[in-house]
Amino acid sequence: MRGIYKIYGTGAAEVRALDGVDLTIRDGEFVAIMGPSGSGKSTCMNIIGCLDVPTAGEYLFRGVDVAGLDRDELALLRRHFMGFIFQSFNLLPRVTAVANVELPLIYDGVKRATRRARATEALRTVGLAGRESATPNQLSGGQQQRVAIARALVTEPPLLLADEPTGNLDTAMSDGIMVQLDRIRVERGITIIMVTHEPSVARYAERILHFVDGRLVKDGPPAAILP
Amino acid sequence: MNWLDIFLMAFQAIVRNKLRSFLTALGIIIGVGSVVVMVHLGQSATQSVTDEIASIGSNLLFVMPGTAQRGPGGVRSIARPFELDDAEAIEREVPGILVAPALTSNATVVFGNANETIAVIGTNNNYFIVRNHALAHGREFEDSELGAGSAVCIIGTTLVEEMYAGQQPLGTTLRVGRTACRVIGVLEKKGQSMGQDRDKTIVMPIKAVQRRLVGKLDVQTIYVSALVDGTTRTVQRDIESLLRQRRRVASAADDDFYVRDTQDIAEALASTTNTLTILLGAIAAVSLLVGGIGIMNIMLVSVTERIREIGIRLAIGARTRDVLMQFLVESVALSTLGGLIGLILGVAGTWLITTRMNMPFLLSPAVMLMGFSFAVVIGIVFGFFPARKAAHLNPVDALRHE
Repeated sequence: MRGIYKIYGTGAAEVRALDGVDLTIRDGEFVAIMGPSGSGKSTCMNIIGCLDVPTAGEYLFRGVDVAGLDRDELALLRRHFMGFIFQSFNLLPRVTAVANVELPLIYDGVKRATRRARATEALRTVGLAGRESATPNQLSGGQQQRVAIARALVTEPPLLLADEPTGNLDTAMSDGIMVQLDRIRVERGITIIMVTHEPSVARYAERILHFVDGRLVKDGPPAAILP
Repeated sequence: MNWLDIFLMAFQAIVRNKLRSFLTALGIIIGVGSVVVMVHLGQSATQSVTDEIASIGSNLLFVMPGTAQRGPGGVRSIARPFELDDAEAIEREVPGILVAPALTSNATVVFGNANETIAVIGTNNNYFIVRNHALAHGREFEDSELGAGSAVCIIGTTLVEEMYAGQQPLGTTLRVGRTACRVIGVLEKKGQSMGQDRDKTIVMPIKAVQRRLVGKLDVQTIYVSALVDGTTRTVQRDIESLLRQRRRVASAADDDFYVRDTQDIAEALASTTNTLTILLGAIAAVSLLVGGIGIMNIMLVSVTERIREIGIRLAIGARTRDVLMQFLVESVALSTLGGLIGLILGVAGTWLITTRMNMPFLLSPAVMLMGFSFAVVIGIVFGFFPARKAAHLNPVDALRHE
């Protein structure tokens, strides 16, 4: 990622959400993005996740310039290489846990039986075996987030993007989720990029990026950055 | 993403909002239902008119005084009526035909305590063949009765049922107007047609009606039946030239009488009912269109409500066309479901109305297919815009939407 700018509005109303960010993230890293509200950390995350496109700058994902891809190619990139976890879980309401987890596989055209088996397996990985047919409103926040993790992992993507994954959870649940994420990362050798503002959560990462006013101001291991 | 999954997804969305889905489909149900009912009723009406005319008698020509033009209000110019001589002349001059002169008059008919006003037809024995209305019991008129205009009559079955209450009518005496009239025969049952009871009738010798009921020697209509199929046109032409001579119509002037073939009448009536069918069908189609707008409206609401869901789908790798198909299939499923229910209700409605109105119940596969496919097309057309709107949402904005 080189010289990334994301600018909203024009002229006097211009807001520089990202103001020239240069960044390289290697395979297998566990990165936490921190910073105050409005510092551009979520914007940075959305651009990394190809949900949003930068106003200027160059973003190479595994050597491919993302700027040259169209809408559907970006969708395929997300489908095959990325898993998303959100602060508000973003599960489909009134749809069972296993159906929620199956969703990315449906878009990938995986056969019904295989799909069900893989989704069930993913739920088992996050410790939700037996809760397949529960709908989100029958699950606790921590369980919902684990369903979301299962959904993000079911396609076996090399990159997991988590936007405030513990923002809506209490401390005990947060720890549970983080331990699980870390374990999965080690087992599968995937990359995790996570936005958070909680130092206790950020400590699970190997590297912390600190954003202020759209600029990357600090970059280093937790010990060096967190007080 | 395969089709089965897309259909399942649409089906789930429809089931999740049962009431709303039903109300949305209701527009299409009513639209398709009314198209099916209207067009089928129109076709039934045409069919019953055609049947009717066939039952009046085939190869039948009506010869009536007046001009064939029907102005506003159906007023015809008044022309000199026919006389019995005209009918005799036609029978004498034109080969291969049966002629039945007729004069109809309403008269009060009394038997015992029962009395009714009934159309009395004065004619001759050819009437029974020409009008395809044979005798069930008794005998036809004798030549002497026809020549003298005797007070004898042949009655329809409705009269037997209503006035005789199971009694044997043959040989009894009915009072027709001021004449005591002996019953010599009973007609076969013919049933209702176009709201008219064809069995509520009395047939007498024409001279009897002329002298005893009307008091004039007019002939209203001359029924002519060609004995050989396919000769009605020639017969029609012969009668026309004969009557022009007899009635001294100047060669430049229009006929002051007209000869109508049952075919002509059938065609005229059929074209009227066809026009009506098209008109009613068009009105019904408008309601189908309104139903389509209802679908579009609800789909737009649905897309707005589910922006976040769309965001999730886009984030986990749904392409534009996946989302487009999801919403398009949903609207098509709604309209197809509506079309199907509308079709069933339309067929049921057609059956109900035709049986109540004594019309033939016939179903046209073409009409049903048309109504149904029209519904499907409406689902595609009116579902496209909302689906496109959903598919082109920006993932970040959609995810951020509350």
